[in-house]
Amino acid sequence: MENQDIPPKIDSTVPVIDIRDLYKSFDDLEVLKGVDLTVYKGENVVVLGRSGSGKSVLIKILVGLLKPDKGDVRVLGQKVDMLEEKELNALRLRIGFSFQSSALYDSMNIRQNLEFPLKMNRKNISRKEINRAVEEVLNAVGLEDKVDQMPAELSGGQRKRIGIARTLILKPEIMLYDEPTAGLDPITSFEINNLINQMQLKYNTSSIIITHDLTCAKETGDRVGMFVEGKFTKVGKFEDVFDTNDEHVKGFYNYNFIQ
Amino acid sequence: MINTTTKKHLISKTLDEFFLSVNNAFRFVIQYFKQVLIPPFHFSEIINQCFEIGLRALPLITLTGFIVGVVFTKQSRPPLEDFGATSWLPSLIGIAVVKAMGPLVTALICAGKVGSGIGAELGSMKVTEQIDAMEVSAINPFKYLVVTRVTAAIITIPILSFYCIVVGLIGSFINIHAEEATSFIAFYKNAFSTLNFLDLFTSVIKSVVFGFTIGIVGTYKGFNASQGTRGVGKAANEAVVMAMFLIFMEEMLIVQVSNWMRSM
Ligand SMILES: Nc1ncnc2c1ncn2[C@@H]1O[C@H](COP(=O)(O)OP(=O)(O)OP(=O)(O)O)[C@@H](O)[C@H]1O
Ligand SMILES: [Mg+2]
Repeated sequence: MENQDIPPKIDSTVPVIDIRDLYKSFDDLEVLKGVDLTVYKGENVVVLGRSGSGKSVLIKILVGLLKPDKGDVRVLGQKVDMLEEKELNALRLRIGFSFQSSALYDSMNIRQNLEFPLKMNRKNISRKEINRAVEEVLNAVGLEDKVDQMPAELSGGQRKRIGIARTLILKPEIMLYDEPTAGLDPITSFEINNLINQMQLKYNTSSIIITHDLTCAKETGDRVGMFVEGKFTKVGKFEDVFDTNDEHVKGFYNYNFIQ
Repeated sequence: MINTTTKKHLISKTLDEFFLSVNNAFRFVIQYFKQVLIPPFHFSEIINQCFEIGLRALPLITLTGFIVGVVFTKQSRPPLEDFGATSWLPSLIGIAVVKAMGPLVTALICAGKVGSGIGAELGSMKVTEQIDAMEVSAINPFKYLVVTRVTAAIITIPILSFYCIVVGLIGSFINIHAEEATSFIAFYKNAFSTLNFLDLFTSVIKSVVFGFTIGIVGTYKGFNASQGTRGVGKAANEAVVMAMFLIFMEEMLIVQVSNWMRSM
């Protein structure tokens, strides 16, 4: 991989995501219990954690899909839960959110899915520019030949990649990937990891990558955070996080590479 | 640790939930009227939805409207014959089809075909996070999905009602022409002789109200579908039941008001 020769330009004086003491519960279920996390400009932060620990809830709060109960959440310098609809939408355009479930519009074909955010948000965009953008993102995920198919005709992994392509089309400054490699074969996973790194290098995007896949974590993460029981227990370089005797972390590592 | 999470209910859990859902539904309706007036209007999507609704309901309305016209004429003939008043048959049918059957039959068919379709469509978009996906790409899903569909229903259902009335009258005419050899002109004149402007106006208002009801109930149920595929079926089903119930209530209310206006 040639990307590894060039060190990513991380500016650790500019926090793009800043989460302080964040709490969130649903009725009686406490999901987030004092989350702290800072993501810097140009940085990829991987979030590792068990199923149901609240990782998806965390990034949904970052785009204002869910409201925090308590705590301070700043994205690109703005307090997400305090924004008016207009400001929130302006902020959302700078964030790409790739859903765990892909969330493709199943009444539209792939081209229409990809065009939709562009057409709705850039009123004066020309047909030519749209086509170029569609081609570019399809190329990035390697699915140019699927452009006229319906989402239902794609495999789960292909849908996932189209979902990522759809969020890339607006050239976001921040990318939130919810399990980008789940259910993908090792070769496609490798390509997605590369894509995540490419985005970082080419557009200097900052990302949060939620994953269970340690290869993905290692390949893409500048830092890795262990998310256990509603908060981060450890955040740091991949090697440092796993150089421990903490049973949660060890367990995660051992099971991931179990034969 | 003391359990502080037990919820205190104002009255009882079920009643609280009932009032909460009424409040939510009310706010949903208000939201529609607020957003329908603010751009962007998504005209092409509204037109799309009009076709979608129209095409979905057209075959069934054609069939039902025609049969209602024929059957109603056949059933009404014997009693009128007893009084030697068969010449009044077209007016009777005119009143029945224009004032009552046309709008009501159309609305009930659309509640079944269109309301459930909208409920299921938005419900599945909700549970598969497609609505969230719109929201995070800075697209207002209420505007794009709800406002367009409700507006399309308000436009389309009166047109379908008019169509249903026409088909019903054609069915009736065919039967009357066969039995009494009445000419089309005579039938037409007789059918509309007792109808006045208020009758036609009431029919139009009724259809508009029914259209709004079908659209808003379908979108509301879909938008609030709870997680899982079971939620989708539930949303579709509840949309039909709720819309039909409301349509009957509105029918009663509007007829009452129009009779009261007539007597003024
Ligand atoms: N909208 C919601 N309403 C109620 N409960 C919710 C909601 N969203 C999430 N939860 C609950 O919050 C908890 C955390 O969910 P979340 O989806 O964040 O898990 P996750 O860490 O992403 O798990 P996975 O790795 O399986 O995706 C779960 O127990 C879930 O039931
Ligand atoms: Mg998740």
